[in-house]
Amino acid sequence: MSNSVHVYDARADHATVTAESPLAYSYQRSGMPAPGEASGEKSRAVIGERAFLGHLILRGGAIVLDEALREVLGIGLPGRPNSLTVDADGQRSVQWLSPDEWLLIVPGDETFGLETRLRAHLGEAHVAIVDVSAGQTLIELSGEAAHEVLMKSTVYDVDPHAFTVGTGVTTLFAKTNVILRRPDESRWELIVRRSFADYVYRWLLDAGEEYGIGVARESRHESQ
Amino acid sequence: MFHIYCPYCEELREEEEFHPKGQAHIARPEEPDACNDEEWGDYLFFRDNPRGIHHEMWLHAVGCRKFFNITRNTVSYEILETYKMGEQPTITAEHLAREEKTAREEKTDSAQVAEGGQQTVGASDAAVASIKGAQA
Repeated sequence: MSNSVHVYDARADHATVTAESPLAYSYQRSGMPAPGEASGEKSRAVIGERAFLGHLILRGGAIVLDEALREVLGIGLPGRPNSLTVDADGQRSVQWLSPDEWLLIVPGDETFGLETRLRAHLGEAHVAIVDVSAGQTLIELSGEAAHEVLMKSTVYDVDPHAFTVGTGVTTLFAKTNVILRRPDESRWELIVRRSFADYVYRWLLDAGEEYGIGVARESRHESQ
Repeated sequence: MFHIYCPYCEELREEEEFHPKGQAHIARPEEPDACNDEEWGDYLFFRDNPRGIHHEMWLHAVGCRKFFNITRNTVSYEILETYKMGEQPTITAEHLAREEKTAREEKTDSAQVAEGGQQTVGASDAAVASIKGAQA
């Protein structure tokens, strides 16, 4: 490991303060209608937060990072612009953000171990790894009208035929920006800045009203 | 609402995602200490304002967040090409003026040649003549 970098576990298990997702207050203030609650029928769009995941920003040369990631995690770096690679069980993903920048998302408790192993493998290579887990959160959007909610909100072409599975872009969403991606046929993922999470959440509730949008609760209280 | 091709994202993206960042291809003097005030002032503060072809830096601010270059016609606002940082433009004012001149000569040679075929896009003869030699 490069000894000039100080690495520490941002999710220390002995913490005495309960972790709260960036949306914890929004759920109280704006409510969280259960799917099917508003319209009495099945919700055509459902959102759910996947809080406390590990988000790592990798910067550096594609070749050296790709090699390290294949070795440590077993998935390769997406080389094409605006693309997304998801591992076999769908828990870990790498997304192209710019020619020298990728976003790696893993289950929260793996973050520190992974960062340590990546650093050990990369040695003195000219790369940067930054843990941004605390700065952003992931909101999942699913349901038959999911893309219609997105069409109302973003300038990017989110027609399911154009925005294919395995695509991920950074684009405008309402008056803020999000990382928008499609890991599989049924789900869309929005990665939002912590400080904009409340705005995006309330925007989604409003935009999804006509589709009887509901908030899935199960993925919410993933304890640290 | 129009689309701009980002050479890094390799696709057309909405104009709202971009920011203009001023004139491109301004080389920093190799030895700033050896510059006199006028040279340094020109480098820091003075920018071209051509009528016609202009090379500009733009930033894909919401997106890949990379700078790139755009060749734009300031008369018609048409974007003629976009290219990565460190690359040279293939379309320049001289290049277009030369092309227009050839087209004009061909026209005088034969009345059959259709007008406007491979001419400068959106720029009139007069506009191109006025920028000819004014912008590198």
